[in-house]
Amino acid sequence: MRGLLIDISQRWRLHPQVALRPEPFGALLYHFGTRRLSFLKNRTIVAVIESLPDHPDLRAALTASGVGGDDEGPYLHALGVLAESDMLVPA
Amino acid sequence: MSAPARVPRLIEQFERGLDAPICLTWELTYACNLACVHCLSSSGKRDPRELSTDQCKAIIDELQRMQVFYVNIGGGEPTVRPDFWELVDYATAHQVGVKFSTNGVRITPEVAARLAASDYVDVQISIDGATADVNDAVRGPGSFDMAVRALENLSAAGFRDAKISVVVTRENVGQLDDFAALADRFGATLRITRLRPSGRGADVWDQLHPTAEQQKQLYDWLVANGERVLTGDSFFHLSGLGKPGALSGLNMCGAGRVVCLIDPVGDVYACPFAIHDRFLAGNVLTDSVNGADGFENVWKNSALFTELRSPQSAGACGSCGHYDSCRGGCMAAKFFTGLPLDGPDPECVQGYGEPALAGRREVPRPRADHSRTVLLTLARPPAKSPAKPCNESPI
Repeated sequence: MRGLLIDISQRWRLHPQVALRPEPFGALLYHFGTRRLSFLKNRTIVAVIESLPDHPDLRAALTASGVGGDDEGPYLHALGVLAESDMLVPA
Repeated sequence: MSAPARVPRLIEQFERGLDAPICLTWELTYACNLACVHCLSSSGKRDPRELSTDQCKAIIDELQRMQVFYVNIGGGEPTVRPDFWELVDYATAHQVGVKFSTNGVRITPEVAARLAASDYVDVQISIDGATADVNDAVRGPGSFDMAVRALENLSAAGFRDAKISVVVTRENVGQLDDFAALADRFGATLRITRLRPSGRGADVWDQLHPTAEQQKQLYDWLVANGERVLTGDSFFHLSGLGKPGALSGLNMCGAGRVVCLIDPVGDVYACPFAIHDRFLAGNVLTDSVNGADGFENVWKNSALFTELRSPQSAGACGSCGHYDSCRGGCMAAKFFTGLPLDGPDPECVQGYGEPALAGRREVPRPRADHSRTVLLTLARPPAKSPAKPCNESPI
């Protein structure tokens, strides 16, 4: 998977116009500004995103949710897509 | 996020239903100044039981609690409700974005300026021909000019990215590039959707639905232009014409799973194309289960939606190699053409719909008809119209 880069030493947060709706499979993210809808396809990435305010940087948020090593790639890609589409912004 | 291999699993999740709809259509009134021949909701006259302003606001409160991020408001012609703008303002003030469909009748320069100042309202202008003759044959005399005037007003007021919403028919399928050009002219986005045999559409579907040959043209056009055109996931019945994933969107029937309709009297149906008892899940005012009531109760507890969220039989389509692409097509299209729900779509791209349509079938009548007594009849197609049904090969 080609990675979209996201800076893991940076602190991130949801864009203020983005709402997160939990669902059995994960969550929906909706950006009221761009009207874009994204799907978070598992609970772990939901936990990472919900915990962003509690951590000084993305690395710490990932570690706290148990994401590391070989697992990390798809999460960094997904988070990179969210940053690219303005769902996540630097805090 | 969007790794292709994982998408089917998400669809399976969606087929089991979500805690709240993703795409909710809310028809605010059956009243309409037009009398389009293919109206899905057989609109015309207001229903005296239509929800009051306060009842509508209570629904909006509920949608906010359920985190339904936006509603697609339609009708009838929703802007003729005297409290329309009040309800739009109430929704957007309560984290419920609004996209409304209109024929343009009330989009004056003043209204356009007001819309341009709002961040959370999208406007969709319905046009069913890229030229007045093709459009007005379906939507009535003067309706093309009215829609274009609305687009001009929006554009002049600085409203960005209006939508032009087109129902694809046998008469306008050759105008897709012209629609795209019309959208470009106003800085708008083109949205095209499928003609359904629902409401008054049942009466004209045989004459107006695209021919098999036109379906292929439409498919090719969508694959070539899909990135800049919205479809509301309307054409998943065409998926079998090409590679899986070639059509953008989820390509599944979301009825009762991720989609539903609230009608002007508070009845909740599985989808906007299914206004019939068979697809009536309940009513937001009168139904309650174990103390739960309102829309959320209907969405979560209705017997119909529970049934739709359980595994569906592929029926006669089970042995077809394309079932994974089209999933048997559109439930409403089958129902309103009198075909079994677990059989092929009437516009099945493998051709299984045609013999099914030729066989014995009983077409169900609509549950409610709010048409005005004097109706527009389908005007004679314009002289340059494409092939007539009788020119098609009967094989």
